Amino acid sequence: MTTRLVVHAHRTHASRLVMQILNYFVLGVLGAVFLIPVYLLVVTSLKSNSAVSLTTMWSLPNSFGLSGLSQAWQQVAPDMLNSVYLAVSATIVSAGIGSLNGYALSKWTFRGSNVIYFFILLGMFIPYQITLIPLLRVLDAIHLFNTIPGLALVHIVYGIPIMTLIFRNFFAEIPTDLVEAAQIDGTGYWGVYRHIILPLSIPGFVVAGIWEFTQVWNDFLFGVTVTEPPHQPVTVAIVNIAGSQHIQWNVLMSSTLIASLPTLIIYLILGRYFVRGLLAGSVKG
Amino acid sequence: MSVLPETDQTISSPPTQAIRHRRRLSPNKVWSLVTLTPSIILLAVFVYYFIFWTGYVSFSNWNSFIQNMSWNGFNNYIAVFQSFRFQSDLRNMVFFTVGYMVGCLVLGMLLALLIDQKIKGEGILRSVFLYPMAISAAATGVIWNWILNPTTGLNLILKALGVHHLPQWYLSTAIVPNFNIGYIQGGLPLALVAVLIASLWQWTGFAMALYLAGLRAIPEEIKEAARIDGAGAFRTFWSVILPHLRPITTTAVVMLMAASLKVFDLIYAMTGPGSNFVTDLPALNMFDTTFQGNEFAQGAAIATVLLILVLIFIIPYLIYTIRREAA
Repeated sequence: MTTRLVVHAHRTHASRLVMQILNYFVLGVLGAVFLIPVYLLVVTSLKSNSAVSLTTMWSLPNSFGLSGLSQAWQQVAPDMLNSVYLAVSATIVSAGIGSLNGYALSKWTFRGSNVIYFFILLGMFIPYQITLIPLLRVLDAIHLFNTIPGLALVHIVYGIPIMTLIFRNFFAEIPTDLVEAAQIDGTGYWGVYRHIILPLSIPGFVVAGIWEFTQVWNDFLFGVTVTEPPHQPVTVAIVNIAGSQHIQWNVLMSSTLIASLPTLIIYLILGRYFVRGLLAGSVKG
Repeated sequence: MSVLPETDQTISSPPTQAIRHRRRLSPNKVWSLVTLTPSIILLAVFVYYFIFWTGYVSFSNWNSFIQNMSWNGFNNYIAVFQSFRFQSDLRNMVFFTVGYMVGCLVLGMLLALLIDQKIKGEGILRSVFLYPMAISAAATGVIWNWILNPTTGLNLILKALGVHHLPQWYLSTAIVPNFNIGYIQGGLPLALVAVLIASLWQWTGFAMALYLAGLRAIPEEIKEAARIDGAGAFRTFWSVILPHLRPITTTAVVMLMAASLKVFDLIYAMTGPGSNFVTDLPALNMFDTTFQGNEFAQGAAIATVLLILVLIFIIPYLIYTIRREAA
């Protein structure tokens, strides 16, 4: 084993350089391919109505124009506001509930708590089509059908599993000794949560918050089922624009860009936390 | 007070483990259960009762706008499985799921290996391959509908490069190889390739992130050996790195499988069912059948089949993961 490595070491110097160049080349090409949609989105958004033509869709705008963006903004601004209300409220409530659940399931396990955990977790893997028919009935009965609060309620409930998972795994890493010590000092269940767990859980809230915000913002299925214009989230709005008869490409691409910007910006600034949420969603701790 | 023996017991156990009291019901455990109760009730209603409800609808006669819950036995399931559309869905689902999983795993693994070579600009590259995960599937569908539109988009470039037979992408009606099976044409509908490209663009970063996390957990000496080129590199990868990544692969397969069975937004926004349902999938079929066709019972039957397909993979995986963690 060792001798083979030594023999290899002689050859590696030059060929490693070649490998490295090849490595960068492949990654560069693939990276460019991955960026194509963003290139087209931005370039088309910046073309004026007259400059938009399908035959020149790949070229840079020869005359910059914000008409597409401003028209798109006028069209989707109300839907953007809907999505903001929706995502912010659902994220706050869901993350709050999730942190309480995570605390209970990580620090105060009892006989059967793993079974409860299992049934909570399963809720995030079901295809939500199975819930749609009853969901419409129930929302109708409580007068929340076709309202943003109704859609927020749906997202809060179906966000509970992943929020619980993220916080449970996050709290599992807080040393039990801390909880123990506080308990000996006479601090009770809620005292431990307020004085020990909560102050340590800010990164947990960032991860959970970013994840839930992105999920709710990007949802389409519940939005298209539970709401109608003008109470629709922005994802539904852009699909409706795309499906309309006379499409102005710069307006459509501008709307899509505007609709994607909030989550994209969060990703660019706080990508590290987004990845943690992404990996947490794969269950393994 | 029984505080002392309990602390003795927990000190000997790893700090990350939860406190396990010997006492049956301490007030704190009651609080723990109380904390969980609202979520338990909400999920009992919105997940489990709704599943039961939809399951019940799937055995009813509710196939018009007027609710009719009279018993219809398995007739809805029979009708669904005999329909041209659902048979097409099953064919598409098989090809889509396989293409999606293999594509994501292979491409994700490749990207992870290339990025894990101590290269410069690693952070930027990771961001570039992962940002599609932050964009909605609806927006993804709208964008790729444009890029893969046969009359514009990518075909403009192919045309400029001198390609004569331009691909029809998602408008293609070709199925290869074409053989009769049930009521439908068996084989891969070429239109699905366009949908696969869009979903690989979106999800490859997920597999890459998983594999990168896995690679980072492998001891440095082992990776160093793999980094050395020549005949050794491939061998080391195959017999050392890959086995280390097996748990990651299991996770990725289960997650991607569940995700691919649930694909809805992307198809809805990008192609719709397609002519002769070449790009249709069960999730979209359920939605159309229920809310456009008002055939609630048949829609419920499709949803139930879809649920069962997902649960077959998810339940064993969840049980395995929670058990392993508790051990």
